[in-house]
Amino acid sequence: MDFLAGIRGQDFVMLCSDTSAVHSIVTMKQDEDKLVPIDSHKVFAISGEAGDRVNFTEYIAANVRLYSYRNGIDMSTKAVANLTRQELATALRKSPYHTNLLIAGWDAHTGPSLYWCDYLATMHSQNICGNGYGSYFVLSLFDKMWKKDLSQDEALEMMKKGIQEVKARLVTAPPRYIVKVIDKDGTRVVAEV
Amino acid sequence: PGKKTQTMSYDRAITVFSPDGHLFQVEYALEAVRKGSLAVGVRGSDTVVLGVEKKAVAKLQLSQTVRKIARIDEHICLAFAGLTADARVLINRARTEAQSHRLTLDEPASVEHMTKYIAGVQQKYTQSGGVRPFGISMLIVGFSSEGAPVLYQTDPSGTFSSWKGSAIGRNSKTVREYLEKNYAETSGRETIKLAVKALTEVVEGTSSNIELAVIEAGGKGPRFLSDDEVTDILKEVDEEKGAAPAGGNGGQVA
Repeated sequence: MDFLAGIRGQDFVMLCSDTSAVHSIVTMKQDEDKLVPIDSHKVFAISGEAGDRVNFTEYIAANVRLYSYRNGIDMSTKAVANLTRQELATALRKSPYHTNLLIAGWDAHTGPSLYWCDYLATMHSQNICGNGYGSYFVLSLFDKMWKKDLSQDEALEMMKKGIQEVKARLVTAPPRYIVKVIDKDGTRVVAEV
Repeated sequence: PGKKTQTMSYDRAITVFSPDGHLFQVEYALEAVRKGSLAVGVRGSDTVVLGVEKKAVAKLQLSQTVRKIARIDEHICLAFAGLTADARVLINRARTEAQSHRLTLDEPASVEHMTKYIAGVQQKYTQSGGVRPFGISMLIVGFSSEGAPVLYQTDPSGTFSSWKGSAIGRNSKTVREYLEKNYAETSGRETIKLAVKALTEVVEGTSSNIELAVIEAGGKGPRFLSDDEVTDILKEVDEEKGAAPAGGNGGQVA
């Protein structure tokens, strides 16, 4: 089962996902990056049905890009999150997207943002969030460890402890994970565990 | 007695053939283009340049909101001559098509594809009910998938073709003639200078009258030259013009 986690820090957001792409009992890929860039300073951590994941992300990304060409300025993370939720909501009673996602971004005026979104188009802005069975183990851990003005090192420490917990306690824990950070300099990989 | 109301029908064509085979609406659209401010495009071996005449803005108007060179996608930009509002509609369609192409094919649209699309839209409006043609010609630039710089031109009729150098808008005939006489395969800064030389045949050579966009090899996309960079190029062009005596009337026959 897909594992996704997000931590909002002082001036950055840290995201983690596992890297297995599974179909039934077969692991198709061990290096699937589920932290998909939407633009230079925004990332979707997306899990769920295979086709929907890719289709939905590409659809949102294309419209976010179009907005920036039409208006000469990038959409804010809040705007992207709300657009995403609106698309999920509209499709819900027609042909739902079966995907759960975390939306993370950094904006010049508002700093780091992190949103949790599920396939029913529920959306919450949160400091820590997660998706998948693994999240049950890490959320309480993060609750204890999170504090305001978290530094990147502290957040990475938290994330690594969370991954350790998932590996130790989840019976079908994925073997490999990728961790990324979004801040004023954009997106980059900070760990592959 | 029942009143019969007349409803307007929007399926009547406006662009229709004249007895001698002309589409006058298209030709009138070309007139509108000829009245628009000048745009020049020059293709080099590794660079392609767009230069436009910056229309004089009213005192209280903010000049930075009057843009004549538009970015269509990461790697394509275009300049236009003619009705600005019509251009806005076409540019919007082009931008949407660029993202739609990326979404469907997971690949950026080629400059040729974009040109064919824009020209296709322009043609549709010469053969549809209730609409008039766009009063716009466009110069579209970018790099082909083989890595060569390309320059395309479209017209209100919907025709398009690839050019080494072209001009549209006010005084474009003079500029095109200059390019025909003086075009040489250039590269890098020389291509920019050629475009500037062509532009300044009919436009005053100051950074407040000229806007330049350059696409160079290396896949970095279009770059808009700053006012300082434009002034530098203009100075270089001026110096070169001063160094070579004009007209060749140096030798006198005794």
